[in-house]
Amino acid sequence: MFKHLRPAIVLLALFTLITGVLYPLIVTGLAQVIFPRQANGSLIVRNGQTLGSELIGQQFDDPAYFWGRLSATGPVPYNAAGSSGSNLGPTNPALEDAVSARIEALRAADPENTGRTLFAPIPVDLVTASGSGLDPHISVAAALYQLPRVAQARGMSEQAVRALVDEYTQDRTLGLFGEPRVNVLLLNLALDEVQ
Amino acid sequence: MTLNGILQIAVYLAILILLARPLGAFMARVYNGERTFLDWLLGPVERLIYRLAGVDPAQEMNWKTYAVAMQIFNLLGLVVVYALQRLQQVLPLNPQGMAAVSPDSSFNTAVSFATNTNWQGYGGEMTMSYLTQMLALTVQNFVSAATGMAILVAFIRALIRSPQTSSGKAGGLGNFWVDLTRTTLYILLPLALILSLALVSQGVVQTFSPYQTANLLQPTVDGSGNPVTSQLLALGPAASQIAIKQLGTNGGGFFNANSAHPFENPTPFSNLLEMLSILLIPAALCYTFGKMVGDTRQGWALLAAMTILLAVFIFGTYIAEAAGNPRLAALGADQQTTSLNPGGNMEGKEVRFGVPNSALWATATTAASNGSVNAMHDSFTPLGGLIPLVMMHFGEVIFGGVGSGLYGMLIFVIVAVFVAGLMVGRTPEYLGKKIEAYEMKMASLLILIMPLTVLFLTALAVITTPGKATVYNPGPHGFSEILYAFTSQGNNNGSAFAGLSANTPFYNLTGGIAMLISRYWLAVPTLALAGSLARKKKVPASAGTLPTHTPLFIAWLIAIVLIVAALNFIPALALGPIVEHLML
Repeated sequence: MFKHLRPAIVLLALFTLITGVLYPLIVTGLAQVIFPRQANGSLIVRNGQTLGSELIGQQFDDPAYFWGRLSATGPVPYNAAGSSGSNLGPTNPALEDAVSARIEALRAADPENTGRTLFAPIPVDLVTASGSGLDPHISVAAALYQLPRVAQARGMSEQAVRALVDEYTQDRTLGLFGEPRVNVLLLNLALDEVQ
Repeated sequence: MTLNGILQIAVYLAILILLARPLGAFMARVYNGERTFLDWLLGPVERLIYRLAGVDPAQEMNWKTYAVAMQIFNLLGLVVVYALQRLQQVLPLNPQGMAAVSPDSSFNTAVSFATNTNWQGYGGEMTMSYLTQMLALTVQNFVSAATGMAILVAFIRALIRSPQTSSGKAGGLGNFWVDLTRTTLYILLPLALILSLALVSQGVVQTFSPYQTANLLQPTVDGSGNPVTSQLLALGPAASQIAIKQLGTNGGGFFNANSAHPFENPTPFSNLLEMLSILLIPAALCYTFGKMVGDTRQGWALLAAMTILLAVFIFGTYIAEAAGNPRLAALGADQQTTSLNPGGNMEGKEVRFGVPNSALWATATTAASNGSVNAMHDSFTPLGGLIPLVMMHFGEVIFGGVGSGLYGMLIFVIVAVFVAGLMVGRTPEYLGKKIEAYEMKMASLLILIMPLTVLFLTALAVITTPGKATVYNPGPHGFSEILYAFTSQGNNNGSAFAGLSANTPFYNLTGGIAMLISRYWLAVPTLALAGSLARKKKVPASAGTLPTHTPLFIAWLIAIVLIVAALNFIPALALGPIVEHLML
């Protein structure tokens, strides 16, 4: 029993040093040299101001901006210091309430288009909460659904907005992995730059 | 299902199988003590470690010594993780000023990381200092994985060695300290180093800076109407921890949302790498096993059985999630999959991964005892959430934990050989070792302890107030949350139906006990079984020997695994996900 104590203590101490100190330090050192932008959070910095991270979504509910996924983080949506999904089960009435509220909000923000959109189904990712509460993306369908509203609110042509949506659309990796998607924050920043 | 979704899954499985052989062959060299291409660098380090620790690497251990050394090392690690959490507020590298973690949560987390479970009752970015993440959690990610692999190798040696051969003393299973050290240095560290840099290239953060503040483009208000104009971005040395969390079937996230968090898993490519890492070592260990027993067909047979079961269930989850939630369709949500709309059940999922990658991950992470998630299992459809539960109910033997999955599967092989032997009236044997009463007693224990633990604790929770108090979703889904919690901890998985608030004294303590039982009450009988096998002579194969590498045997093994899980868990599953599906 006691003859095992020395190897146990020494090995735990050495592995703590190797895997708990040296390994993270080496990775940090290499990461900061080779990939400094990514290692520090892929921050969007303009004129010395940090405007966010291109990997982390922000909350939008102004009709002139594209909206992202629902976010279940507390106390505010898109709290990047407290990621969380909604964890609502598929039969929980609260899930239906959340989806209905979002559908109503989308339609209320777009009243002039009722004829076109009232009965048009809304892409599901736009009415459901993401797993992290920080999803920076929406589907291309969800962007196109909002396009007329955004164009009208900004007094821009739909073609001009469409060009920006296309610019901030990422395809699948190698045409195979993941899903095509639109980065909401980058798209909204680009819209603000135009107008 | 779409062609793209099917292709993503097929390509994933193909890459996994292709990687099994080269890594498996390398690991066999490591465990046989042969030269590797890393010796020039790691050899001196390894020898220095043995010298400082007073370890004689040539000294063989019998099963009891091996088990005692393993448990002392794990207990010590557990104490250190507990202490670091309790003291983090006075220790350095705590830029966000995290307070000490509560005693019951610290206990649960210490057990969780020492047992390779990585169940998390806490949210990482709201609870743990950078120092705790590194010194406590990252270290255990390495050594708990290495512990599982060491036990597996001891078990394999028991099958190879016999009193007639000169290899080792009678009953010797190797040296725990050597297996632990070589696993960590030669296998886990190099892989983790490569993977962590690849992940950083995709956007996983790796920094010691405090959390960053960003100005919101559109200011908003919080629940009480106060204006909010900025966003606090949680950062940290994440990539180094995430790499080993995936490779070592640990699964404990740096951030609360685990691999759904964009800083933990930012792109489809990082997602592919992380998913491959979940099953990489468990798959490769099958080849290592075949190599070490001198018949690679034996390893391929086990890998085939695992892969067949995995593939079937991946597509099951995929179909269930792609079908979406009829209740949302009724409200006007478009869940049809098109080239522009990923569709399906997107609650709790990330757009960049979509349904196929979320279903694939959920099945792989529960087949292996990894437990990391890239989508919230609690929000899966009833049948989509049933499959992760079932994968764990198999006893974490479909790939399973690094090391522990394969030794768990070898127990099922022993049962399969025994039952087949009874049916044809022959003495059962596996790889030349006779399977007798003692082996079957241990194997039965190993198979029964898990369902007993899971079902007893689930029953306890549903009849007590603290057990029911923190259930989140109403109806049968609430029962599923409890069943999932104990299934996950009782199998050292770590994933959750996370609506259940498990950071309470009741769940922290009962869950901690479940994790301790499922790790050590299985590891110790496994070593005892190994001790017994190692003392047996090898009998040469004869005409009456049941071949254990044929398609027939693979099918037989799959049947045994399926039947045992079905008998144990169908009643419980009927009360949760199956009822809920009927209500949908």
